Amino acid sequence: MSWFAKYSRSSIGAKHVMAVSGLLLLLFAVVHMLGHLQMFGGQDMYNKYANFLQSLWEVKWPTRAGLLAMVLVHIATAMSLVAKNRAARPVGYAVYRPVRSTAAGRSMILTGLVILAFIVFHIVHFTLGQVQPGVFHTLDAQGRYDAYSMYVYGFQNVGLYAAYLVGILLLSVHLGHGAASWLQSLGFRHPKYPYDKLGRLTAVVLFVGYMIPPTAVLVGLIKLPGA
Amino acid sequence: MAKSGHDLIDIKVHVWRQKDAKDPGKLVKYDVAGVSTHASFLEMLDILNEQLVAKGEEPVAFDHDCREGICGSCSMMINGRPHGGQKATTACQLHMRLFRTGDEIYVEPWRAAAFPVIKDLVVDRTAFDRVIAAGGFVTANCGSAPDANDNLIPKEHADKAFEAAACIGCGACVAACPNGSAMLFVAAKLSHLHHLPQGQPERLHRTSAVVTAMDAAGFGNCSNHYECEAACPKDISRDVIAEMNKDFAKAAFIHRDRSTKADGGG
Ligand code: HEM
Ligand code: FES
Repeated sequence: MSWFAKYSRSSIGAKHVMAVSGLLLLLFAVVHMLGHLQMFGGQDMYNKYANFLQSLWEVKWPTRAGLLAMVLVHIATAMSLVAKNRAARPVGYAVYRPVRSTAAGRSMILTGLVILAFIVFHIVHFTLGQVQPGVFHTLDAQGRYDAYSMYVYGFQNVGLYAAYLVGILLLSVHLGHGAASWLQSLGFRHPKYPYDKLGRLTAVVLFVGYMIPPTAVLVGLIKLPGA
Repeated sequence: MAKSGHDLIDIKVHVWRQKDAKDPGKLVKYDVAGVSTHASFLEMLDILNEQLVAKGEEPVAFDHDCREGICGSCSMMINGRPHGGQKATTACQLHMRLFRTGDEIYVEPWRAAAFPVIKDLVVDRTAFDRVIAAGGFVTANCGSAPDANDNLIPKEHADKAFEAAACIGCGACVAACPNGSAMLFVAAKLSHLHHLPQGQPERLHRTSAVVTAMDAAGFGNCSNHYECEAACPKDISRDVIAEMNKDFAKAAFIHRDRSTKADGGG
């Protein structure tokens, strides 16, 4: 076995794989959130940004491939860790009282799987346009794909708003543990820095940052052009 | 809170009874009356055992040795917490004044694939010995004792080494972990040696050797829940696990050592 295969299959190697793939996904989640905040800049700003990203195929496809690889690696490693951890305690306790662990930490695999479903739904909705086909790939006044209007149509729908609320909430809960956990996994933790707070802070920032533009659409602060 | 005097309490204990490794085992409820609040938890089990022997029944098997919190033998889960869950306290140092008349107390063995039950509350912890045999030592020639000041060690390093060396290998970390992971134990053994100059020459080799032995023993993985830290009767910090995680990456990526070469890797 090559040293890398041996390393990535070991308990700590697998932790490192979880941490690095999780961290890269987290960085993407932050950048993606910042992108959406441009909805407040209006149709022109948002469409310019969306079309800019779409036009850079040299960046777009490697990024997509990288994200897909990270998600696959993260999930496959998570599954194998969960299986090994279950096997490590074949007989449970009649009475077991956890005191230090958090509900978010103990439900990583559950929140993770819901996030996976959410990511698939999100791609079907906005990348493939199959949820609201009528408003997909319409053009704006400058002849660009009108991502801004697609976004507004999406969140004027209460059902879709609720689906995103649940998805983003669970992503935040997952990262409430994950965004602090990677520091320990990679050994960067140092008692001088309050890294447990980093998890909660990241969770709150992502939740608020992601939900502000859809909420603004739902309550009518962000409108269709001309509406 | 009990008065400073010597109170007697009547309790019910549900104890895991299992004849041998093959027996499925079950919890059995016993009434234990007139237990002094000055008794330790193990003394309460002694009282129960005297009652059982008097009735001609098999006494409850449990591990114990020093009864002063330093040997790490008295492994048992009490009401869902290793050693009963009092901060930095082993079961032998837990006192019955924490309980009241009428309390129901659940006593179970450590639960982990790597720690099979031998009988009742006694588990086989030789998996820990295998981890130590893989690298929990320094390879040094035994000459005459070196001069005390030959090897200067900063006080902070000595303190860190000592904090980790306080580990008594009781297995509470494994018992507390939802994944049955032994990382706090293994990392404490490493941290103990790695804060001293004598531990440096074999540092990365040792790290990968003990982690390999830990994995082979069937312990689970760390999910950073830190139940181990909360359960440790010697208050060992999760910091030792972070140190081990970092060293393990170094061992894999930048260290070319004799064991990896023998594997055909490197
Ligand atoms: C797609 C489905 C996903 C699943 C099934 C999943 C599952 C998990 C699990 C089980 C853990 C805990 C690992 C352990 O116990 O050692 C974890 C950790 C983590 N996850 Fe996810 N996750 C998913 C998606 C995501 C996404 C989208 C992100 C980021 C936006 C993310 C970020 C993280 C981070 C940062 C960690 C901490 C890594 C560590 O230090 O252990 N995960 N994930
Ligand atoms: S009997 Fe030695 S630590 Fe409890």
